[in-house]
Amino acid sequence: MLLKHTPKEITERKALMINPAKTCQPIGAMYAALGIKGCLPHSHGSQGCCAYHRSTLTRHYKEPISAATSSFTEGASVFGGQANLLQAINNIFTVYAPEVIAVHTTCLSETIGDDLPQIFDKAIKEQKVPEGKTVLGANTPSYVGSHVTGFSNMVKSMANLAEKSGKKNGKVNIIPGWVEPCDMEEIKRLAAMVGVKITMFPDTSGVLNGPLTGEYKMFPDAGTSIKDIKASGDAIGTLALGEWCSADAARLLDTKCKVPCSVLDMPFGLQATDRFVDALRKVSGTTVPDEVAAERGQLVDLISDMHQYFYHKKVAIFGDPDQLIALTEFLVSIDMCPIHIVTGTPGKKFERRIKEITKDMPYKVNVKAAGDMFLLHQWIKNEPVDVLIGNTYGKYIARDEDIPLVRWGFPILDRQGHQYFPTVGYKGGIRLLEKILGVLLDRLDRDNTEEKFELVY
Amino acid sequence: MRKVAIYGKGGIGKSTTTQNTVAGLAEMGRKVMVVGCDPKADSTRLLLGGLAQKSVLDTLREEGEDVELDDIRKAAYGGTWAVESGGPEPGVGCAGRGIITSINMLESLGAYEESEGLDYAFYDVLGDVVCGGFAMPIRDGKAEEIYIVCSGEMMAMYAANNICKGIMKFAQSGSVRLGGLICNSRNVDNEKEMIEELAKKLGTQMIYFVPRDNDVQRAEINRKTVIEWNPEVPQADEYRGLAKAIDENKMFVVPTPLEIEELEQLLLDYGLMEA
Repeated sequence: MLLKHTPKEITERKALMINPAKTCQPIGAMYAALGIKGCLPHSHGSQGCCAYHRSTLTRHYKEPISAATSSFTEGASVFGGQANLLQAINNIFTVYAPEVIAVHTTCLSETIGDDLPQIFDKAIKEQKVPEGKTVLGANTPSYVGSHVTGFSNMVKSMANLAEKSGKKNGKVNIIPGWVEPCDMEEIKRLAAMVGVKITMFPDTSGVLNGPLTGEYKMFPDAGTSIKDIKASGDAIGTLALGEWCSADAARLLDTKCKVPCSVLDMPFGLQATDRFVDALRKVSGTTVPDEVAAERGQLVDLISDMHQYFYHKKVAIFGDPDQLIALTEFLVSIDMCPIHIVTGTPGKKFERRIKEITKDMPYKVNVKAAGDMFLLHQWIKNEPVDVLIGNTYGKYIARDEDIPLVRWGFPILDRQGHQYFPTVGYKGGIRLLEKILGVLLDRLDRDNTEEKFELVY
Repeated sequence: MRKVAIYGKGGIGKSTTTQNTVAGLAEMGRKVMVVGCDPKADSTRLLLGGLAQKSVLDTLREEGEDVELDDIRKAAYGGTWAVESGGPEPGVGCAGRGIITSINMLESLGAYEESEGLDYAFYDVLGDVVCGGFAMPIRDGKAEEIYIVCSGEMMAMYAANNICKGIMKFAQSGSVRLGGLICNSRNVDNEKEMIEELAKKLGTQMIYFVPRDNDVQRAEINRKTVIEWNPEVPQADEYRGLAKAIDENKMFVVPTPLEIEELEQLLLDYGLMEA
C-alpha cells in the first residue's frame, strides 16, 4: 500500500498539491522543438533543469534527447543570462551545427527577467548566428500553467516565424498538439487519404520513433523544416487540434498573416475524428474517400460488437486537457461513464466543457482542472471505478485500489508501444478500445468463478 | 497608441508628475491608461482620489488565474484608466517578477487592444532600472517613449544617467527611445541650465521645467491632481504645459550616457562653482 496515507475523507486544500498531474513548462517546449527539422533545443537556465527535462523525454520516448543549456551559475543569476546565452549560441552553431536553436526559458531566467528577443538581436548583430540559420525562443516559466502551456508557447513561437508573401500556396496548416510521434504520422496519413496538402508543425514523427540503424544522427532527417514553417503564412487555412496545445499558434497565424483558423478537438475517438475529417474535407473541397469511410466503419463495428462490455463501466481519467476532452467524449459515446476527471493544467474552461459532455450521464461527475492525483485517488475511494486511464503515475493508485490501468498520455515510463501505435483517428480509436477491452476482460477472467469462466467474449 | 514610461530616482516625484500630467492630457481629451509599476501601489492615488485600487498581483493571489480586466482596472479622473501592479511587502519575494507578471496579464486580457481606444498608456516605474523586471516596461513592443524625471541634485542626475544606460541597451534591439528629461525643480542653483546641459550631453532635450510650488502638496493632501483640485492655480498651467509638450513631442533618441567624471564636471561647472 504505497499510498496508504491517502484518506477517504476529502478535506478542502488551498495551498497544498500532492502528486501533481502535470510537470514543467520546458518539457513541453523541448518536445515541440524536437518537431522542427535540424533543431537543437536549448534550456536557458541552470543545468539541473535541462537534465531533468531531457531525461523525462528520454524515459517516455526511449530515444536520446539532445539539448543544450545556458548553465547558469550564481554570477548569471545576478548579472542576467545574456553572456551565457550568447556564448551558447556561438558554441552550438560552431560545434553541433544545427539548422535551428529553439531556446526556452526556465523559472530562474524568467524571474531575473532575461529578454530573449533582445539577446537574439545582439547575437545576430555580433554575427553569432550563421547566415540562413534560425534562433527562436519561448518564455516558459514553470510556475505558470504546465507542460502543456510550455508546448503551446513554443508552437506559438514557431507560428511567429511565418511570413506572408501575398500569394497563397494552397496548403493547409495542421497544428497537431502534443500527441505521440506515431499520432502525427497518422494525422498526415489521414490528410493524405482525404487529399489535402498540409504543413504540419511541429512534427516529431521520425524524430522520436526512428529506427535503430547503427548510425547515430544527432539531427534525424525528419521534422518540419523552417522553410515550411515560414511558408505557413501563405496557407489557405489552419486546423488547430486542441484548444490548450494549439489554439494560440493558430490565432497568431490568423492575426499575423490572415490565415483563417478553426480550433478543433484532438481527433481521439469517433466523433472528434469525424469532425477532423469533415474539416479536412471542407477546407480542401474534396469528398471523403471510401478508404476513410471503411476505417470508420471498422471502428463503429468494434463499438457495436463489444458494447455490452463497455456499457455503464465507470472510468477515472487523468492527464492533459485536450486529450481528456476528446477521450471523455469518446467514452461517453460508447456508453462508458467517465466519473472522475483530473488535469493538472489550469483552466476553468476545461471543467465547463467536461460537464457539458457528461451532462446526460447517469452518474455524478467529478472534474477538476489544476487538480492532483491525491484528489483523484480520494474520489476513487469514495466512488470506485472499473478502469483507470492515464499515464504511468496512475500505477500507484491502480495497485492500491486493485483497478486495471490503461496507460495513455504523457509520460509512460514503464511500458512500450505508445511511440509506434497511434491512438488518433479511426484506427487509433480501435487501438484505444482494444486496450480498454483487454484490461476489462482480463479482469473478468481473473475474477469470475470457475462456473462463470468464459471462453468466448 | 503611444506607450510612455516614466523613470527617475526614488522620491523625485515620478508618480506625482505622471498623474498631474495625465490629468492635463485627459483635459485635452486624450484617453489614457496609467499602469503603476511600484510595489507600494501608490501611482494612481491622485487620479482615483485615494488609495482605492486593488492591485493586479493581489487580485491574482486572491482570485487565482481567472482574472478579468474589470477586476484590475479602475475608472479614474477624466475618463482615464488606473491599474496598479502592486507587489510583495518590503523585504520579501520578487517585485521585479511582479511587474513582468502584471504587464503580461494586462496584455493577455487585451487592455492594450485597439478596441479599447487608448491614446496613451503610461507606465510609472519604481526608481532606477534595478533589474530585469523593472526593465519590463521598456522591452520591445512595450513602452516606446521614456521620460526621466530628475532635478539638479547630484543623485537625481546620476540616476537619470544610469537609466539612460538601461534604455541604450534595449534601444539597440528594439523601438524604445528617450523622449526627454522632465526637470522637477528642487530650487537648486542654475538648475534649469544644468539639466538642459545634461540633456544635451545625453543627446536629448529637457522637455519641461516644472517649478516647485506648494500647491502640488496641497492638492496631494486632498488626494487630487492639481488640475482637479484647483484648475486656476499657476501650477495647473505648468502641468498642462508639460502634457502639451509630451503630446507634441517629436524628438525621440537613443541616449548617450555620460562617464561619471563627465557628470561630476557638469555639476562643478554649473552648481558648485558659485557656492
